[in-house]
Amino acid sequence: MLDAAFFRRWMTATASAVDREAARLTDLDSAIGDADHGANLQRGFTAVTAVLENEAPDTPGAVLALAGRQLISTVGGASGPLYGTLLRRTGKALGDRAEVSREELATALGEGAAAVAQLGGAVAGDKTMLDALLPAVEALGESFAAAGAAAEAGALATVPLQARKGRASYLGERSIGHQDPGATSSALLIGALQEAAA
Amino acid sequence: MLINVAETVVADALRGMAAAHPELTVDVENRVIVRRDAPFAGKVGLVSGGGSGHEPLHGGFVGRGMLAAACPGEVFTSPVPDQMVRAAAAVDSGAGVLFVVKNYTGDVLNFDMAVELAEDEGVQIAKVLVDDDVAVTDSLYTAGRRGTGATLFVEKIAGAAAEEGAPLERVEAIARRVNASSRSFGVALSACTTPAKGGPTFDLPPGELELGVGIHGEPGRERRAMMTSREIADFAVDAVLEDLEPTSPVLLLVNGMGATPLLELYGFNAEVHRVLAERRVPVARTLVGNYVTSLDMAGCSVTLCQADEELLRLWDAPVNTPALRWGC
Repeated sequence: MLDAAFFRRWMTATASAVDREAARLTDLDSAIGDADHGANLQRGFTAVTAVLENEAPDTPGAVLALAGRQLISTVGGASGPLYGTLLRRTGKALGDRAEVSREELATALGEGAAAVAQLGGAVAGDKTMLDALLPAVEALGESFAAAGAAAEAGALATVPLQARKGRASYLGERSIGHQDPGATSSALLIGALQEAAA
Repeated sequence: MLINVAETVVADALRGMAAAHPELTVDVENRVIVRRDAPFAGKVGLVSGGGSGHEPLHGGFVGRGMLAAACPGEVFTSPVPDQMVRAAAAVDSGAGVLFVVKNYTGDVLNFDMAVELAEDEGVQIAKVLVDDDVAVTDSLYTAGRRGTGATLFVEKIAGAAAEEGAPLERVEAIARRVNASSRSFGVALSACTTPAKGGPTFDLPPGELELGVGIHGEPGRERRAMMTSREIADFAVDAVLEDLEPTSPVLLLVNGMGATPLLELYGFNAEVHRVLAERRVPVARTLVGNYVTSLDMAGCSVTLCQADEELLRLWDAPVNTPALRWGC
């Protein structure tokens, strides 16, 4: 079973992964966006780590809801509301249970991803964070490792796609051949989940 | 770059703005710029915001006859909902607040969240999206046309209506009409440099230009070998006129992207007037300068707004802001 400490580890591991990969995210974003994805997520997850330390929420749902609110208040851009909504809605779906199972997390994360799809008006294949998240949700029912691998594969599979949402969509066909920065950071988030479970 | 460190660029600029403009309240920590004399009983407050790096947009347009408040985000990153909620509360007199939002995914999402939160706090909010950039096809397969130069027209004209005491639904309707009557086209002669990246955000070799560029350096329609001012004016004006067939005299904004000297912008304006005359489009008013910029990008944009008598009167109404001032 997964408790609040596990979810705090997940968020801390995400912050470290974003720190480590910030330059790469920004490089991917400068190819088809506006070169700020790394810096924005770094600012957001640094703030998440700080607020979780200060307020120490004691249920899995409360950890994710607080993390999501903090992202919305600190990141800006599209990624703030989108990642913030993902974590908030996942946290809300987990309710106030003290411990949850991996299967329950998979269901809740599916609700979070659905909320992201609704907010951004995107579907699978639009070259967005959903292309990493949706396969990861699917695979999380099986194992954490499968989810990590599915997210990684999903991010890579955005390379040949044409962007239909967000700033990359302005490029039309010129967005083909580049890996989507949002899908890449989503793979980091799921990779950190796998790390927290290890 | 003339900075200390990338992380404090926006805060540093806000402190400088506070020092230069005592008529504004600049909340550096919460990133809100408000008219010191707001709110005004019975008057609608206009609030806008967006990523930094487009100065003087939006903070430079806060003042009498234009914005009541502005919310600057990080460089090229939309502000967060907390900023807009704070701004709305600061300028609401009970007559409501109009959010002016440029059509970018991030701005739209954050302002939408702010609308919900501000309404929860009892502020009546209306929202208008600015989407004037003809370089982007408005279709289901893109995020839609981008908001660029017409933002200035919307903020000036709707701001004048608010200053006159028009009710919220009227100010909103005027803002929508200005946006619907405006189209823009931009050209980049060089890429821009974000402080976070420290280098050009896209690769534009010397001797080439990007036609249809966005105000974040987003690539546009096509890249070509360098053209003359005359050729660029022909291309830009015709791109705008493909999408807008003015039946009355237009407002013209010849806007610099940040690094193009006024000497060149005025020369370009002469070419824009020439081609507009050739296309039999009369110009009612012209504004030339760096107003909706893209950091240190070289280049320009052309915005036309088909202006009826009311819009023209509101355009001419007094305005007193750091970047736009006339009639008072």
